[in-house]
Amino acid sequence: MSTTASPVRARRLPPRERPGAPMLLGHGRLPRVLAGTALVVLAAVWLLPLVWAVATSVQSEQDVAKPGLSPFKGAFTLDAYQQILERGNVTVWAANSFLVAGLVTLITVAISTLAAYGFSRGGFRGRRLLLTVTVAAVMVPPQLLVVPLFEQMLMFDLVDTYTAMILPQVVAPMMVFILKRFFDGVPRELEDAARLDGASEVRVFLSVVLPLSRPIVAAVSIFVFIGAWNNFMWPFIVTNDPGLMTLPVGLATVKDAFGIQYAQAMASALLAALPLVVVFLLFQRRIVSSVATTGLGGA
Amino acid sequence: MTTTTPVGAPAPTGERPPVVSPRRRTGRRGPGPLFVLPFAVPFVLFLVWPVLQGIWMSFTDSSLALRDTSFVGLDNYAEAFGDPDVWSSLGNTVLFTAASSVPLVLVALAMALLVHSGLAGQWAWRLSFFVPYLLPVTVVTLIWTWLYQPDVGLGNELLGALGLEPVGWLSDESVAMWSVAALTVWWTVGFNFLLYLAALQSLPTVFDEAAALDGAGAWRRLWSVTLPQLRRTTVLVAMLQILASLKVFDQIYILTKGGPNGSTRPILEYVYDVGFTGYRLGYASAVSYVFFALVIVVSLAQLRLFRQED
Repeated sequence: MSTTASPVRARRLPPRERPGAPMLLGHGRLPRVLAGTALVVLAAVWLLPLVWAVATSVQSEQDVAKPGLSPFKGAFTLDAYQQILERGNVTVWAANSFLVAGLVTLITVAISTLAAYGFSRGGFRGRRLLLTVTVAAVMVPPQLLVVPLFEQMLMFDLVDTYTAMILPQVVAPMMVFILKRFFDGVPRELEDAARLDGASEVRVFLSVVLPLSRPIVAAVSIFVFIGAWNNFMWPFIVTNDPGLMTLPVGLATVKDAFGIQYAQAMASALLAALPLVVVFLLFQRRIVSSVATTGLGGA
Repeated sequence: MTTTTPVGAPAPTGERPPVVSPRRRTGRRGPGPLFVLPFAVPFVLFLVWPVLQGIWMSFTDSSLALRDTSFVGLDNYAEAFGDPDVWSSLGNTVLFTAASSVPLVLVALAMALLVHSGLAGQWAWRLSFFVPYLLPVTVVTLIWTWLYQPDVGLGNELLGALGLEPVGWLSDESVAMWSVAALTVWWTVGFNFLLYLAALQSLPTVFDEAAALDGAGAWRRLWSVTLPQLRRTTVLVAMLQILASLKVFDQIYILTKGGPNGSTRPILEYVYDVGFTGYRLGYASAVSYVFFALVIVVSLAQLRLFRQED
């Protein structure tokens, strides 16, 4: 059967509402009503935890602790947000998260794109071996590396540094693999023409290859960023200094300190959730098509 | 690289020397190894080396508390196979994988089919289902700790409204794993949903249209036309999901620390507990390689299945 969402195919058919997409439901009334109801119920179930969290975050701790099914049990107040922001931790952690996720994305995308292009065009010794090892490395669960990586960081005296948080995260064999598959499908004629005109290899890459690969590079960047922003285990293990922690790690360390202060807990959770949700709202189409373009995303 | 002209290549035209094929002409130039180097160095340093070092450590009594390390052969592995905590945490991992993967595939499929059915408001549906996937793990666990709060949390309030007894969502040994699985389905289903949606949107419409012309109803076309075409996508989504679920650690560690009474502790948390709380890095490495072996076996079994599907 030749109808899968294989990445190459999906790239040619953008996963959007294509004109003439079939009305799977036909013209009967009943299927439409049933499908519509199911969709509304599912969406409500999926949004309920978020709505509940928002409602909790804008009430006082006393009101939140009252029993009852109503989401609003008292007066509206932004006290919880004010307390969280005054304490300042969340803003420091958000800044760290932006720094770490931003640098991880920048470095990962740069070295992965270069390597994928190099692997794709080939012509040097050891290429096949290195490529095989890279593809095999896709299977290695990152958690397997945590113990030896921590030893390594102890050895280099890098524990509790941005360097230790960032560097191990820039190795993304899956992204190299996805990008190489893309470059394999790009004809070499354009590059060769530029070479005949005397362009250097760096020039060829920057002004011929890179412009052609903008969509796939954007897709990879988005998933690397989401992955780095949400990464928990490695930054958690390699940092003890609260001033260096990223959002997920910092929040985890104070989670128990909230105790029964659920309004504050929800306010800090929502503040931490905000940046990526805003990014998603801005780039929704791009992100949705990225899943199809890369086939796998940030595995 | 050899210099032969491919058999059946068109006769060379005037100005080009006949023995040099175009491929050979440009083959001498190309990006070369320097392009791969910036990736290869961290790759070897932060992936290949730790993998090898982990294997080495698993044969030693390496410890965060001791300076001297000595070779202990297969002792760690022998201990791991006799360690009831290894087996129970492996069992928990498998239970979690089953309890989360099945709904993560089926619910994602249902969502994608419903959204693709052409009802208005695509943007809003996609947003509702995908937004949880964007939340960091700590945000998700904070929200769900509140939902699972025993006295006034939403979960028990809903049960109370239905006239049912409250449940110890995270404190009851027989319930906690299912609570964790429910949270995971809510959190990550959006990604599988997008994979399915992309697949649906790239399906050719002719079969569906033909079936509709032949008078097949919506239900019939779903079962006989659409679902069979999604078979390969389903295999892919299920494969990725099982591998992802086996690696569960973050949400369980934050939510329950493996409790109550070890009933939710997955194998990777046991590795963490042994290595970083118990300081026994050598033994932790051995346990993590036992887990890696399991991952490889599952991956290879899946690849076989996937090939058969072709």
